[in-house]
Amino acid sequence: MAKQLVKGNEALMKGAILAGCRAFYGYPITPANEIAEAAAAYLPPVGGVFLQAESEVAAINMVFGAASAGVRAMTASSGPGISLMGEGISYLAGAELPCVIADITRGGPGLGNIAPEQSDYFQVVKGGGHGSYRTLVLAPASAQEMCDLTFDAFELAAHYRNPVIVMADGFIGQMMEPVEFPREAKLPPPPEWAVLGDARTRPNLITSIYLEPDALEAHIRKLDAKYQRMQRESVRCENYMTEDAELVFVGYGIVSRVLKSAVNRLRNEGIRAGLVRPVTLFPFPTEQIRAAARTAQTFFVVEMSTGQMVEDVRLALAGMRPVEFYGRCGGNSPSAEEIVEKAMEVMAHV
Amino acid sequence: MSEPLYTLKCGKAGCFYPEYERKADLKDQTHYCPGCGHGITHKLMAEAIDELGIQDRVILVSPVGCSVFLYYYFDVGNVQVAHGRASAVATALKRARPEAIVISYQGDGDLAAIGSAEILHSANRGENITVLFVNNGIYGMTGGQMAPTTPVGAKTTTTPRGRNVWNDGYPLHISEVLSSLEGPSFIERVALGNPKQILQAKKAIRKALEAQIKGLGFSLVEVLSPCPTIWKMDPVEAQRYVREEMTRIYPLGAKRDRLAEAAPRPLPEAPPPLEEIPRLLKIDTRPSPPSARHLEGLEDRIKIAGFGGQGVLLLGQLIAEAGMDDGLEVSWLPSYGPEMRSGTSNCHVRLASKPVDSPLVTRPNILLAMNEPSLRKFLPDVADGGLVLYNGQHVPEDCHRPGVRVLAMPFAEMADSIGSAKAGNIVMLGALMALHPVLPDEKIDGALKRLVKTERWLELDRAAFACGKNAALELESCHA
Repeated sequence: MAKQLVKGNEALMKGAILAGCRAFYGYPITPANEIAEAAAAYLPPVGGVFLQAESEVAAINMVFGAASAGVRAMTASSGPGISLMGEGISYLAGAELPCVIADITRGGPGLGNIAPEQSDYFQVVKGGGHGSYRTLVLAPASAQEMCDLTFDAFELAAHYRNPVIVMADGFIGQMMEPVEFPREAKLPPPPEWAVLGDARTRPNLITSIYLEPDALEAHIRKLDAKYQRMQRESVRCENYMTEDAELVFVGYGIVSRVLKSAVNRLRNEGIRAGLVRPVTLFPFPTEQIRAAARTAQTFFVVEMSTGQMVEDVRLALAGMRPVEFYGRCGGNSPSAEEIVEKAMEVMAHV
Repeated sequence: MSEPLYTLKCGKAGCFYPEYERKADLKDQTHYCPGCGHGITHKLMAEAIDELGIQDRVILVSPVGCSVFLYYYFDVGNVQVAHGRASAVATALKRARPEAIVISYQGDGDLAAIGSAEILHSANRGENITVLFVNNGIYGMTGGQMAPTTPVGAKTTTTPRGRNVWNDGYPLHISEVLSSLEGPSFIERVALGNPKQILQAKKAIRKALEAQIKGLGFSLVEVLSPCPTIWKMDPVEAQRYVREEMTRIYPLGAKRDRLAEAAPRPLPEAPPPLEEIPRLLKIDTRPSPPSARHLEGLEDRIKIAGFGGQGVLLLGQLIAEAGMDDGLEVSWLPSYGPEMRSGTSNCHVRLASKPVDSPLVTRPNILLAMNEPSLRKFLPDVADGGLVLYNGQHVPEDCHRPGVRVLAMPFAEMADSIGSAKAGNIVMLGALMALHPVLPDEKIDGALKRLVKTERWLELDRAAFACGKNAALELESCHA
């Protein structure tokens, strides 16, 4: 199909509708607004619901309601809004409701600014809400992936009955790239467990409360088994020139694009550099990172934060290899030039 | 498991489960205290559901509070939700299933305190849901803390000296507050103080559900309800308190009744067939055009900068669109946010024969500077051998760089002379395509056709493109 030049945020929403999303509940925030605007434009004509909620708190609970009724539902926000949604995301995970949440990240803490950062990693990947739960997290790095990974996010959410978060930085949301959309639209029937307001589903119950400790423990163990299954089945990762790499970068989202540029330049300088790009942040590509250590002497993590994912890389390598870190924040992004310079310094000491 | 002490055989509403299987024990009785108003309210609601014949259609939303376990008792579709959020959840349930009868059952802590925003906005949108608001003036489940509805002077665990208006404010009159909105169709406050009041409560609940069945919009029944345990009264005394004290603070009666005149909310239209979705999403379903040509080794990194309103972002988008049409790999990355509305604006464009690695342009080989601050800001970043076009009469003295070609032309003035200074960005594009001819004119024209909204502007932009191209070619021939 012909490619169209589309903003990442718009590609995300179109991918969602093609995957069968028929409900969007959200609250305005930069740099995620184009998602809600696309939802407002395109959902009603396809028989879907768009509603601008009174807050992110209300929005995520509306997603809870739509998901309870078996509708593929989503919301989109940025860091401050995702903080407010923490409670609701915990309830969705606890009640095993599928949904998709897009986090188009910006600078924090507090009001911070609207420029891109990757400082929501802890909140989104480790879980910003209460209780022993996990969300599957996908990190697109192009407008095409905003469409494709969001499409997949709905399938994964339905498969695992769990919220899936698509986390992209403001750059990925705001930039335009050619996108080839899936040819066919899906609209799966409501799942068996949904509460539809009819005789067949009358016995169904959506809840996250288990009053008896034994019952709650059993529920938590069941959820945990599901998260372990995600770890076995759903890790996604892109390797770029890692086969012979002595220096392996690890970065996701927009940073992975800059790192590809850095890898190309370092190869021109005679340094065998490569890149491991986590596509899923939970489950984390622990095995893929360990595998890269077969050739790599040094790992170099780059993030647009003061270092969050780097902890998972260090956990994966468990001290096998040194892990260097370089981060920019506040809305500044690392340039390929400065990464090359830092990498040359690191390699000079190896 | 113990034998039930007594199983009610007659008069129990059909939409109650015969036995409360979801309870851990005592499956023949509720978890409520003797004299609690929830039991009565449940019974009234259950009877109304039976009488209206809607059991299969009901989705009941359980809140957080003593009524968190509604789903133990009601043989209907059940959804248990977070504290205060029941009306938000109910909103989406109803939007998802317009044929369902959605009941949000909430206490006064849940609805009037933590859920005050959600109830206000659900009511204001006139959501076609029914809310049963049980007001006992206290937090029961958490052990007797002050609620927004607690009477002035009342002692609670968090108002040990009595509710003091200077510290705690006043009892919140939810029914009156919501009745000031346009959205609700029916709001009535009732009480459980004696059989007569209870019969009136039943009528109101039934009326509220009928409003929803007819699609007339938001309905709410506030039930003044006894909480003997926390109030430290016996059930008879608690009922007297409801009848004589609470009704003085919270006057009974219908606060809003537009059932006679309200028009039913329109139902959503039938969705289009699935094959129609791509077209409705404005997705281009034509086959990919064959790649026109391959510019081997092309790797343009273009930075475009100027004031907001000079068409910086559009210029970048035109280059990216035309490049994509020509079979090149492209990306366009804007500066975004407040910068778009005033001050400076810039964008990064990549045009390449190979897939674009980083869409960020930190070392441009082409800089298009629409004003002097942009020239000064980004000139130092331009790669050796780069090209800079500057919108001005001449290049400022200190803005020459060895190894970088910096060219000044009054693009906005040139555009002004043919119709509008706003087309200065397109004059600049024309000049760029003369000096760095990587895109065919017809691809630029195709991009203009797609992105420019009116015929008048399209004509002006075509003239502007030609003007810039010719002027730059002339300049080149003079140099040659």
